[in-house]
Amino acid sequence: MNVTIKVKRFDADAEKPESYWEEFTTEVADNATVLDALIQVREDQDGTLSLRCSCRSAICGSCAMRINGQGGLACKTPAVDAVIDGTITVEPAGNMPVIKDLVTNFDGFWDKINQVTPYLQPQGPEPEAEYIASNESMLHLSGVTACIMCGSCVSDCTVLEVDPTFLGPAALAKAYRFTADPRDGDEDGVSLDRLKDLGQKSGMWDCTRCMACVTACPKGVDPMDRIMALREQAMDAGLTNNNGARHAEAFVELVGHSGSLDELKLPVKTVGIFNVPALLSYVPVGIRSLRRGKLPSLFHKKIEGVENVRRLVKKLEK
Amino acid sequence: MKFAFYPGCVSRGGCPELYSAANLVCDKLGIELEEMPGASCTGAGVLQEKNRLLGDILNARTFAMAEKIGSPIMTICSTCQGVMAQARHRMNADADYLEEINSHLADEDLHFSGDIEIKHLLWVLIEDYGLEKLLPLVTKPLKGMRLSPFYGCYIVRPTEALQTDDNPERKVALETLIEALGATLVDFEGKTRCCGFPILTINPKNSMAMVAKHTAEVKDLGSDAMVTPCPLCHLNLDGFQPKAASQAGRSIDMPIIHLPQMIGMALGIAPKDLGMKRHIVSTQKLELKLQEA
Ligand code: SF4
Ligand code: SF4
Ligand code: FES
Repeated sequence: MNVTIKVKRFDADAEKPESYWEEFTTEVADNATVLDALIQVREDQDGTLSLRCSCRSAICGSCAMRINGQGGLACKTPAVDAVIDGTITVEPAGNMPVIKDLVTNFDGFWDKINQVTPYLQPQGPEPEAEYIASNESMLHLSGVTACIMCGSCVSDCTVLEVDPTFLGPAALAKAYRFTADPRDGDEDGVSLDRLKDLGQKSGMWDCTRCMACVTACPKGVDPMDRIMALREQAMDAGLTNNNGARHAEAFVELVGHSGSLDELKLPVKTVGIFNVPALLSYVPVGIRSLRRGKLPSLFHKKIEGVENVRRLVKKLEK
Repeated sequence: MKFAFYPGCVSRGGCPELYSAANLVCDKLGIELEEMPGASCTGAGVLQEKNRLLGDILNARTFAMAEKIGSPIMTICSTCQGVMAQARHRMNADADYLEEINSHLADEDLHFSGDIEIKHLLWVLIEDYGLEKLLPLVTKPLKGMRLSPFYGCYIVRPTEALQTDDNPERKVALETLIEALGATLVDFEGKTRCCGFPILTINPKNSMAMVAKHTAEVKDLGSDAMVTPCPLCHLNLDGFQPKAASQAGRSIDMPIIHLPQMIGMALGIAPKDLGMKRHIVSTQKLELKLQEA
């Protein structure tokens, strides 16, 4: 099979470092991966093409890059599936500084993993023998421990694009691996200190739920779902004095009241009625909207048969 | 062609122009819509953060109502579309879960079979209505307009729940429509990224940075407007664009139009009737282009 592969190239050490696109056409086996194609190019055509790889079987996490704009592992992506209009487009992973071609600098990635203290911190009294953890809890955690630290999720995270301080999907998923471990935290397995830390700015509440990390992850870790689970743990642990938790709680309350969402009340409930500066910051938009006849009606219309929704909300409220 | 219509909260709250534009367009195309007056909010993924089961039950309730009508569901909001598709996906994959959910619906004499078609107007136009039927009805081709797509996360990810692999045309539906209606496509990478709305009240600075990033990028590419199938993206990209621009320290002035407004213009419906005056960022220059076309 003949494939054309378009690579975004860059050399930080060049005299004038500038990225540019270069196209190569190469012959590969029908079952070749994108990584095979890249290696073929490096062997046959341009020995300076730089990329990272080791296991070639989606285990080591070295070969993450953007393939057709989407983060993932080159060694797990069949070349034949990646051809769009005759070409495979490859770029280095996003949200990390590029060192050369497809090789990025992972220092920031590891710093964030370190920030979540990635080891067990039991706080209760020490047991006489070993710590006991149920099979189910370990099975549940195996979904997160499947992470191979490849950085595909970080590459595509939409918040990291605008805010490099965000802990990001990989570190937050790693944090969940500990908060959800029954051996971590107090006697009941509640990791209150961790949850408090993770609730700070740049933590769990800053995720936009865009799901880019879910799509990018080659190991089914589903980082966003872990972040949502962290939020649930935080709210369950009573850590509700923040905009994110108030937002989620207000949502349930508003839908439970009228069956549909009242956008006018949501900001008030989210930032809290006493947070005057934050509330005021919504005012300009409110006034502009009003002038254009855009502000939601003050008397939010209730849906038909709203008592049925209220009953369900009441029955299932946690 | 008939659908059980699920307009969503925002199209009747913050973006009423979307609701009327969608109705006008469907009317003109002969797409019959029957609303479900008892349907609740989908939960928008936020309610699900606190209580996923409750969110799924509320959506199953809507699905059951549509099954009573006997038609597939049509949405006009990327977020509604995605949240509903995810709920359906979970129930579809797990019979016990579906049964549990149905047990909560029994009081209202409702029952969800486990599968139902849920389609955004964007997909309906391409997959059900068909361009071959739509294009002959175009009286005002959008010639000379330069338009950029902006999808909204929930209609793009996750692909399994949205059945994108079985329907690959969904990946480029907006681009297809923009070009089919005669406009010039101004493509950009940000089209499938996040508008920042979900963190508007949680981290306003990041939310504004996202608005500025996308709107400024298409501005610099020479786009006349951005088209979105998602009213939540519209609220943020349009309503908060002045704030985002001042945070970014530059002028942007990028009109954001709803998908049905773009279709409506091409079908010859007056911009005024499509509610374009209701936007925060003026669409005046865009409307001039329509007259010239
Ligand atoms: S869901 Fe959250 S963590 Fe994942 S990519 Fe989006 S913003 Fe980042
Ligand atoms: S969560 Fe998935 S994408 Fe992110 S680093 Fe781990 S394996 Fe890679
Ligand atoms: S080379 Fe090891 S994961 Fe791709």
